[in-house]
Amino acid sequence: MARYAFERLIQAAILLLLVSMLGFAILHLAPGGPLSQFALSSQMSQEDLDRIAHQLGLDRPLPVQYLDWLWRMLSGDWGTSFRDGEPVLKIIGSHLGATFELMATATLIAIILGCWIGILGAIRRYSLFDTLATVGAMIALSIPTFWFGLVAIYIFSVELGWLPAGNRHTVGDGSLLDLLHHLIAPAIVLALVETAIWARFMRSSMLDVISQDYIRTANAKGLPAWRVLSVHALRNALLPMITVAGLQFPTLLGGALVAETVFTWPGMGRLFLDSIGYRDYPVVMGILMFSAVMVLIGSFLADMLYAAVDPRIRVG
Amino acid sequence: MADSSNIGNPNRRSVMVFSAAAAAGVMVPVSAFAQAARAANPPDKPRGQVIAALSQEPTVFHPLMPGIEVDQGVWWALFSPLWYIDPQGNFVPDLAREVPSIENGGLSADGLTWKVKLRPNAKWHDGTAFTAEDVKFSLDLINTPNFRVRNRVGHSLVKDIKVVAPDEIHWRMESAYSPYLSILALTFMVPKHILEKATDPNTSPFNNAPVGTGPFRWGSRVAGDHILLNAHTAYHGKGPYLERLVYKYIPDLTVLYTQFRTGQVDYTGIQGILPNFVKEAQALRGRKVVVSSTASVEHIAPNLEFGPLADKAVREALYMAINKKALIDALNYGLPTPTESFVPQQGWAYQSGLPTHSYDPAKANTLLDAAGWARGAGGVREKGGVKLEFTNSTTSGNAVREQSQQLLIQDWRAIGATMRIQNMPAAVIWGEYWQQSKFNSVIVGVNFMLGSDPDVTPRFGSGSIPAKGGRGFNTYQYQNPEADRLLTQGARQFDQPSRKATYGELQKIIRNDLAILPLFQAALSEGIKDGLQGFQPNINASSNLWNVREWFWA
Repeated sequence: MARYAFERLIQAAILLLLVSMLGFAILHLAPGGPLSQFALSSQMSQEDLDRIAHQLGLDRPLPVQYLDWLWRMLSGDWGTSFRDGEPVLKIIGSHLGATFELMATATLIAIILGCWIGILGAIRRYSLFDTLATVGAMIALSIPTFWFGLVAIYIFSVELGWLPAGNRHTVGDGSLLDLLHHLIAPAIVLALVETAIWARFMRSSMLDVISQDYIRTANAKGLPAWRVLSVHALRNALLPMITVAGLQFPTLLGGALVAETVFTWPGMGRLFLDSIGYRDYPVVMGILMFSAVMVLIGSFLADMLYAAVDPRIRVG
Repeated sequence: MADSSNIGNPNRRSVMVFSAAAAAGVMVPVSAFAQAARAANPPDKPRGQVIAALSQEPTVFHPLMPGIEVDQGVWWALFSPLWYIDPQGNFVPDLAREVPSIENGGLSADGLTWKVKLRPNAKWHDGTAFTAEDVKFSLDLINTPNFRVRNRVGHSLVKDIKVVAPDEIHWRMESAYSPYLSILALTFMVPKHILEKATDPNTSPFNNAPVGTGPFRWGSRVAGDHILLNAHTAYHGKGPYLERLVYKYIPDLTVLYTQFRTGQVDYTGIQGILPNFVKEAQALRGRKVVVSSTASVEHIAPNLEFGPLADKAVREALYMAINKKALIDALNYGLPTPTESFVPQQGWAYQSGLPTHSYDPAKANTLLDAAGWARGAGGVREKGGVKLEFTNSTTSGNAVREQSQQLLIQDWRAIGATMRIQNMPAAVIWGEYWQQSKFNSVIVGVNFMLGSDPDVTPRFGSGSIPAKGGRGFNTYQYQNPEADRLLTQGARQFDQPSRKATYGELQKIIRNDLAILPLFQAALSEGIKDGLQGFQPNINASSNLWNVREWFWA
């Protein structure tokens, strides 16, 4: 198991290095730059732009910039934002809580609702509920998150006035109730796609399990249906979901990016979009590396958990 | 199973209870703050708060460092210049007691010696007195080589700064430069007693917890969300009348409008309300919409060194073939004002009576025929082997400009010109593509003015072409010796009528040469909640939050 974990970690480190090289190259080779936002200002001149570019080290050769960035990164200095003038780690930290809240709530909703729909769908296969759940999941997977978001705002904020049209808090009100009130719509919107994915996987996994001999045996032994389902079927059906959970992180992150923009949620997704727009290289690279690490951790934990529960994985 | 099915089916009662609680918990505090006071006059002491929604996030709080308009909107609340420019274009003393002029002795007749008398009662937010040492420090900091200053235009001419008294400062200009009055009107003073202690002026803690002499002092910032400022009760000028000022960042303009509509924000700033929402917004109860002209002139920027566009006859024909009225009325909901000049029509230097654009495709065709541009294969004109074909670029995602391009393609096809669209994201198009004149033509809005000053040397001076090693932003690559002469002359004149004549001549030349194809002076539609008083659009400031010190709830 230790060797398996070590191999996975080495692979992850190589992958991170590749991500950093590719990300840095794409970002810096893309046309435009962080100073283009000033190009229409009557108060600045080309000379000013050249001077500022030099002061920021942007006129150095790209490999030099990369090695300098990499060295600093490995030393724990993730650089300073061109826009904010704040350390990148501090900026990421200040947006992390908001994204975590949103993603955690959405995941919780998705797991509970998705599993419930999936299990019920599997037990009542081809019933009206199952058909509706299947159609609903297809719709949720097909329609873009931003559309769901705009519809939710229109219905619940503009027309009904039940929920705020966005933001994480009412300014000056830091209460939990206020946070929850603001969290409902974006979390549900973000959870929609996730719920559909969980429901589909859970249904399939459950169907697979309940067709096994040991379930038939348990039923034949006269065990109550709820016990067969919860003790025998559910535990085994949940195993493959570990992988689903591990691999869902990137999808969730992508969804959060959209939901945060539509609901003006001050999280990492919006920070990432803003930073790309401004070509704030240090922040974009910081978020890229942070996300890559998170995805790899998710994947690593899923691998480890799966290997722990299924020895064939680590042996093979 | 029967029990668990309830999870997905909350009953009607629980929904109603929840929504009532939600409405009570969230909607009340905002409106309570907003409508805290009901008075016809400003309150005796600061009261209530305003949530100003911005579509860009303010991130630069050191007012001398590189920032954009949205940052300047915050600087106006935190800092003060020596004087500012009011909506009518007058210089109004702020930290200075009077605006220096030749008449009051503040300026020598040759414009080289400046004497500025300062207000004795101004204080920094931490209680320290503002003095001439702060002015000297600010001007010196701008010229400090390793300081990442926004620009040194005008400032680099300042020499021999002398603090004569705590409330008086003198300096000498290396050469006479009249636009410096306007430049100083947009230069905010920074505190010596704080910044002199910084080891690196670029990374001082001040940059994220600024201390100024403005009507509001720094409160807190939640990055990516909002900035909160509190009233500076020892402010030296009128106001502030609000207890708190919140800059709320909402990047999407549709979402921003929705939050204004649902009452979550009190004012929509910077890009304001999208033209397609203006009519609806005007009908909203408890809201009003103020449409004001901005100094930004929307135009087609031709690259004057590019093939067919170098021919003045082609530019004239293209200009004549634009259905400008359709562009303004149909695509921009009739909000902007057609213009022929780079100077806003409200400015003192605006030259009226410039030749007026007329939509005349027949005349445009005749003009091109006469200039030797004959129709070739597919109806596209050509001359000497050069086809009348070019690209047009603008910021991708700007729906109105993209629609304008479609209209232009049609208009120009009718006179035998082919235009192809080549749009790019903002960070790309305004980079090297624009700065090094790599475009054929671009649709862009530019504020050519330095505050209220029409000195456009960086835009139209022949020494300002970056693609030819120049130092300005003459990306059009415009060169005209007479224009150069007028630009030099105007920058050395201090008498406004003389300057008006100089820049009037310049506007005639630029219009005659069609160095730019002017479309319209842009309009800004800003939403304000009923009862919010003091809002006053100012075409000479970079943000209509310039006088937020005078805002209050009635």
